[in-house]
Amino acid sequence: MAKQSLLQFTGKSIYCAQADAHIDPWIPVDRAIITHAHSDHARWGSRHYLAHKDSEAILRLRLGPDISLQTVEYGEKFVINGVTFSLHPAGHIIGSAQVRVEYKGEVWVASGDYKLENDHFSTPFEPVKCNVFITESTFGLPIYKWQPQQKIFSEINNWWAQNKEQEKASILMGYSLGKMQRILKGIELKDPVIYAHGAIYMLNERLRQAGFDLPELTLVTKDTDKKLFRGALVLAPPSVDSSTWIRKFNPYSLGYCSGWMALRGAKNRRAVDQGFVLSDHVDWPDLNTAVIESGAEKVYVTHGYTSIFSRWLNEKGIEAGEVSTMYGNEEETEDRAEGVGPEAEGIENRTDLSPIPDDPDLKLT
Amino acid sequence: MKQFAELFMNLDRTNKTNAKVELMRNYFLTAPDEDKMWALTLFTGRRPSFKVNRTQVKEWAAAEADIPMWLFQESYHSVGDLGETISLILPGNGSDDSDKSLTDWFYYLSLLPGMTDEEKHAHILQAWAQLSQHETFVFNKLLMGSFRIGVSQTLVVRALAEATSTDANVIAHRVMGQWDPLGTTFEKLILDEGENDNASRPYPFFLAYPIEGDVAGLGNPEDWFVEWKWDGIRSQIIYRNNELFIWTRGEELSTDKFPELHFLSSVLPNGTVLDGEIVSYQDNKPMPFNVLQTRIGRKNLSKKVLEEAPVAFIAYDIMEANGVDIRNLTQLQRRTQLEEIHENMPVQAVFNLSPLVEFKEWSTLHHLHPTSRENIAEGFMIKRKSSTYQVGRKKGDWWKWKIDPLSVDAVLIYAQKGSGRRAELFTDYTFAVWGEDGKLIPFAKAYSGLTDVEIGQVDYFIKRNVLEKFGPVRTVKPELVFEIGFEGINESTRHKSGIAVRFPRILRWRKDKKAHEADTLESLKGILEKYK
Repeated sequence: MAKQSLLQFTGKSIYCAQADAHIDPWIPVDRAIITHAHSDHARWGSRHYLAHKDSEAILRLRLGPDISLQTVEYGEKFVINGVTFSLHPAGHIIGSAQVRVEYKGEVWVASGDYKLENDHFSTPFEPVKCNVFITESTFGLPIYKWQPQQKIFSEINNWWAQNKEQEKASILMGYSLGKMQRILKGIELKDPVIYAHGAIYMLNERLRQAGFDLPELTLVTKDTDKKLFRGALVLAPPSVDSSTWIRKFNPYSLGYCSGWMALRGAKNRRAVDQGFVLSDHVDWPDLNTAVIESGAEKVYVTHGYTSIFSRWLNEKGIEAGEVSTMYGNEEETEDRAEGVGPEAEGIENRTDLSPIPDDPDLKLT
Repeated sequence: MKQFAELFMNLDRTNKTNAKVELMRNYFLTAPDEDKMWALTLFTGRRPSFKVNRTQVKEWAAAEADIPMWLFQESYHSVGDLGETISLILPGNGSDDSDKSLTDWFYYLSLLPGMTDEEKHAHILQAWAQLSQHETFVFNKLLMGSFRIGVSQTLVVRALAEATSTDANVIAHRVMGQWDPLGTTFEKLILDEGENDNASRPYPFFLAYPIEGDVAGLGNPEDWFVEWKWDGIRSQIIYRNNELFIWTRGEELSTDKFPELHFLSSVLPNGTVLDGEIVSYQDNKPMPFNVLQTRIGRKNLSKKVLEEAPVAFIAYDIMEANGVDIRNLTQLQRRTQLEEIHENMPVQAVFNLSPLVEFKEWSTLHHLHPTSRENIAEGFMIKRKSSTYQVGRKKGDWWKWKIDPLSVDAVLIYAQKGSGRRAELFTDYTFAVWGEDGKLIPFAKAYSGLTDVEIGQVDYFIKRNVLEKFGPVRTVKPELVFEIGFEGINESTRHKSGIAVRFPRILRWRKDKKAHEADTLESLKGILEKYK
């Protein structure tokens, strides 16, 4: 009988049969190990969760305050039925982790989403030696090469300053979880008051309550005096650009922080005034670096440009295969988690911090 | 170059007409005259060719980036723009300290045609090494790209008119026709007053707006002329200084393409400019556009082609008579002069006057409109008798009332990513109808017609329902049904369906229909029998 793989791609998770544990399952299971709290990786309904301790606040916010959740430190080992697991920093967002799985001397690493640049909020990525490396490839094309973040932050600073001069509001869009904390740590906060959309405000409050060092934000409500927005910075999740929420800020300039902004087509399609190329995923050079530094002799590519990146690795002499998963629909699922979808009207009036669950009926294909 | 690159990126970024005009105006006010000339050259679609082979340039770029060609192609499919792809994959560009002007770069490029391949290679690499990513992108556009950034000639003209405080009609006339940036200067072309001696220079066409609401809303029928809307090539015929020039709507000087009309130089009075339609014409009646299509784009007009697709001119307006610009006369007055010219014409079969449709009540037009296709027309043109001949698309005096397109319901079966604004999204679709054997047979590709929201939804479906991949093309689960409209239909030996449709586009997404309810090839053939 052929030896069973230590980790398997079952169509519902990355599964370890020996330990009966699932990594980032997209349907409810008994035991889920979560790489990070983005909603395409941390899904609703499992019986037990395990994650890094810095993910706890967000997981409880999104999946429910009463979920059964065990947290661990980076590098802390735990053993399930002879399989040794440990989490290692992935540098993607706060609490994000690569899952290292070791059994009888064989090591696999499921890296979830990651980036190599230190964003000064999440713990920086650490390469983990392994036999088999499971990687994303969200930006797995040689056209994606990020500038150092400091350059992007000064672009944002300049843009805000310019809008301020013209008495326009600066509406800056980006994912609530990850991007917004990185921005708050990176740019120059010239005003004492920074405005935020409800989704970002709630998340920021929850992280502050959990003890993370983040500035206090001011929630935009129906009653906020519109004159106050002149020259102000307003943080918003993506896709508010197609909502009525945005109208109250007129006149404004609309900025969007995303790796996709590297392409003119994407920028023009979003019809934003200013695109800032800032991503929490690895770019092409760093993706290659990460694969090489893992020392893996076999690579599985889970989401993004899977077929292209695996062909590239194979031609480079690193055995690679593509795997179909439900990861990588970050934008869609994040929007749903943030409640900025069609039913988002009135979110600014929510005062309780109860979870907004993901759509449990997500169709599997 | 920095200033032009910035202008380009800013123009590209905004969809707002006024913002575009302002950006260009500011450029025309502040840039050096030489650079302005080159910018104008680009914006009016006159980019000179530097005789570079795109495939070679791709290979050079891939080699610089140290990636295989297939990966370059994949990148290109994602970006959708060659110049941009190259600017993104090149390693370590961004030195950003070149201060060559736009003009300098044009001179740099103009050296290319005389070079060997190795010299070209070195010349282009040297440029890439000096430029930042955005500048490299713009440089690549100068080298081999098209400048499609939503700047129409009308907008350029408006910006120039504002920057030079000159009447827009005057500017429009000055930038038309044939000129070469190396043979003239900004000052001569745009600023010099007085009669330009360029006899070939056409007038800007007056374009009609689609009619809004019912034609009866136009008021008293006596105030209007109505003609059939001919389905040919909008053209301007100029006879000045004993020379004949034929311009087509795309602003191409096409005199050589229509030898049948060359006799006009011996019969038109000197100083005549006419507006009309060139159509294929046989047995004293126009023929469908696809007959004309067989000779468009041919370099050699063989005897056979001329016999099978002869053309005629249908005149409907006159802008210049006896060397005098008469665009300010009324439609009625101009029509009278046009009729006079026609009466004195010895060969009336090739020079026709667009007949006026007789009607007293608007209801007569309602009655006649559905017979347009039988008359080889696309509907009606409705022109106010008191109207002057204006510049560009203006509302109020000229209306077009087009017939509804032909249509069938078809199934989406292949998809490909779009380009430019729609890179990363599946926006190029192939549609199929049911054949007799119960198989789907592709018959048309269409790119436009959906809203951005619908494009997003279709893209979401496609990404989850891919059956096969062939390079950039995806076979999609046949599930979505769309109503596909088209202007004309013809037999074709090149298409699997045996049918070629003209200007196919998506009219609407038939969410109410299942794939098996889509139309059949037989129903398409039925339309063919009726209208070919």
